[in-house]
Amino acid sequence: MSDARNSILTKLRTTRDAHPLIPPASDFAPIEAKQWAKEERLPRIRRLMEAVHTEFLDATDADWPEVLREFLASEGVGSLIYAPATDAGKRLAEGWDAASTALIPYDRPLEDLKPRLFDTIEAGLTTSRGAIAETGSLILWPTAAEPRTLSLVPHIHIALLRTDALYDTFLQAMREQGWAQAMPTNVLLVSGPSKTADIEQTLAYGVHGPKRLVVLVVHP
Amino acid sequence: MDGNAPDFVAASRAALADPQLRGNFRRAMDGLMGKRAAQFADAGEWTGVRALAASVRLRALSKLPELLEKLEENCTRNGITVHWAATTEEANGIALDILHRVDARLVVKGKSMVTEEMHLNAVLEKNGIEVLESDLGEYIVQLDGTMPSHIIMPAIHLNTKQIAHLFKRKIKDAESREDAAYLTDLARRVLRAKFQAADVGMSGVNAAVAETGTLCLIENEGNGRMCTTVPPVHIAFMGLEKVVENLEDVPPVISLLPRSATGQPITTYVNMISGPRKDGEKDGPREVHLVILDNGRSSIYADPELRDTLRCIRCGACMNHCPVYTKVGGHAYEAPYPGPIGKILVPQIEGLEKRGAMPHACTMCNACVEICPVKIPIVEIMGRLRVEAVKPRGAVKDGGAKASRAEAMVWSGWAAMNASPTAYRVATLAMSKLGNAAPSSLPMLKEWTSVRTKPRFAGRTLHDLARAKGIPDV
Repeated sequence: MSDARNSILTKLRTTRDAHPLIPPASDFAPIEAKQWAKEERLPRIRRLMEAVHTEFLDATDADWPEVLREFLASEGVGSLIYAPATDAGKRLAEGWDAASTALIPYDRPLEDLKPRLFDTIEAGLTTSRGAIAETGSLILWPTAAEPRTLSLVPHIHIALLRTDALYDTFLQAMREQGWAQAMPTNVLLVSGPSKTADIEQTLAYGVHGPKRLVVLVVHP
Repeated sequence: MDGNAPDFVAASRAALADPQLRGNFRRAMDGLMGKRAAQFADAGEWTGVRALAASVRLRALSKLPELLEKLEENCTRNGITVHWAATTEEANGIALDILHRVDARLVVKGKSMVTEEMHLNAVLEKNGIEVLESDLGEYIVQLDGTMPSHIIMPAIHLNTKQIAHLFKRKIKDAESREDAAYLTDLARRVLRAKFQAADVGMSGVNAAVAETGTLCLIENEGNGRMCTTVPPVHIAFMGLEKVVENLEDVPPVISLLPRSATGQPITTYVNMISGPRKDGEKDGPREVHLVILDNGRSSIYADPELRDTLRCIRCGACMNHCPVYTKVGGHAYEAPYPGPIGKILVPQIEGLEKRGAMPHACTMCNACVEICPVKIPIVEIMGRLRVEAVKPRGAVKDGGAKASRAEAMVWSGWAAMNASPTAYRVATLAMSKLGNAAPSSLPMLKEWTSVRTKPRFAGRTLHDLARAKGIPDV
């Protein structure tokens, strides 16, 4: 181990022991108290996310691929990259009518897809692991089958949101889903399309990440 | 002082004389204060979550060495390589070793204040490595060849017109358009090509979770995600105080940070990274490195009073609410961290010889303390550093550097005068008779009277007047 490591840790330990710090107890009640009735969560998520330019589409389990296809066609989106090995991906590809929008499977490492992903593919589809009412945030949980860049590089990110996993707070979501037991390589909260206010505090959308975020709500 | 030492007084004077700069800051700070206040309209919620966040930070500090070891252990288990640096030179050396090993030519960076502290960009450029800041504000500042003037909004000192001119000068094929949407899109085009081509991505860390070995980064633009996802190597830099104990400690910090900083309920992205690309995963960097930097923090930690400086979560709200910062702007401090937190942090890192003026750039109005989301007693620490600069009792770097014999003599004279009734009577009588004859060009009066009228001593003392009214002296 490095000298820096040992000298830093020794100094911290010695000086802390000379002057111990007794922290106040952490009372999570002020966060636990933030609760919304079940039927209020989705409208709240929608309102908060729309306030930062997120778009919403409503569909059901039976028709979401069709709703998505129609949306892409009406917006003139020529290509959609998706995760072919996920249940949603399989469902999407089943009988997809590619007349207006080509489906591109994310089936190889990023290195082999980079130029297409950055330069030509217009939209990316991911699932989500729920959403958070307090802040209007989607929980994305990328996997080997559903890579991280699907929701990052294409200009339009479309996320499926099922209405059975809506949480009050970030804290509640991580507790109920048991995140601390096994964190994946990457977890994300996404609360809108990419934005900046770095030029004289003028809000502008689509600076580095997706310019548009579309939440496709899949109602039971 | 050598010629290169920062001169806060001179820099402030120049800033105060620049109406454009003052206008830019005034507008920005007013906007940020208003948006923040709207987020904390529920006083009970603010009080409760703030106490929780402060307890999270204090608990982390109370176990700092143990948590850093646990963070190292869990990061290592997750496949993240952990490096330790006592100084900024060591941290730069660690970065260069990695860059040389992977033969890096192009680095893209997400916002990281620690790398500003390290002057990493200058080091990389000296070594022939192209480095590009990708946060829009940082990119603007880098193009302009200056420093960030605010830790959250680096280009807050410039207006749209100034940025449009800069882009026109520096970016090929840029049109001359004073339009934030156009300028943002222009930067998108330039930087997307760089994200694709970069060999290494660099970032800071907002919170590192010991329990799970997770690095949390928050941002709005997506550049942080680009830097930590697309290039084959990711190097993250953190000050050693950035650790928190448990994953559950992240929500309180994330709840207060964006609301305090920019008045948003949450940032667009909360990015939690717990390792490099695993077998079978299709993207993400193949190597993730974490550089833990001390750079004077362990000395700050050693002092039980100054230790509170390390609670900071770098929201920048103290700047937005500081009457001094708003008037002089971020550049006058010539430091990586300006404003109230800079005034207590930078002198402790760089020493009171070089930075002794900073703790004096404070009116002690307490606005920063009232809005600090983790309740740092900034003003108390400011007072302590003023004392350290003349009468060291702790181990602050260059303590006593500002001690002045003349000032010490004046104060001991003052103390002696107030300790003896006779001396007091003689001195007040002398001042009422002769005080007004003192020219304002006297050494210590000169500076003070340069912006104020010299007060006149009354012909008769208060005691004298009271006695004349029949009120007995005590």
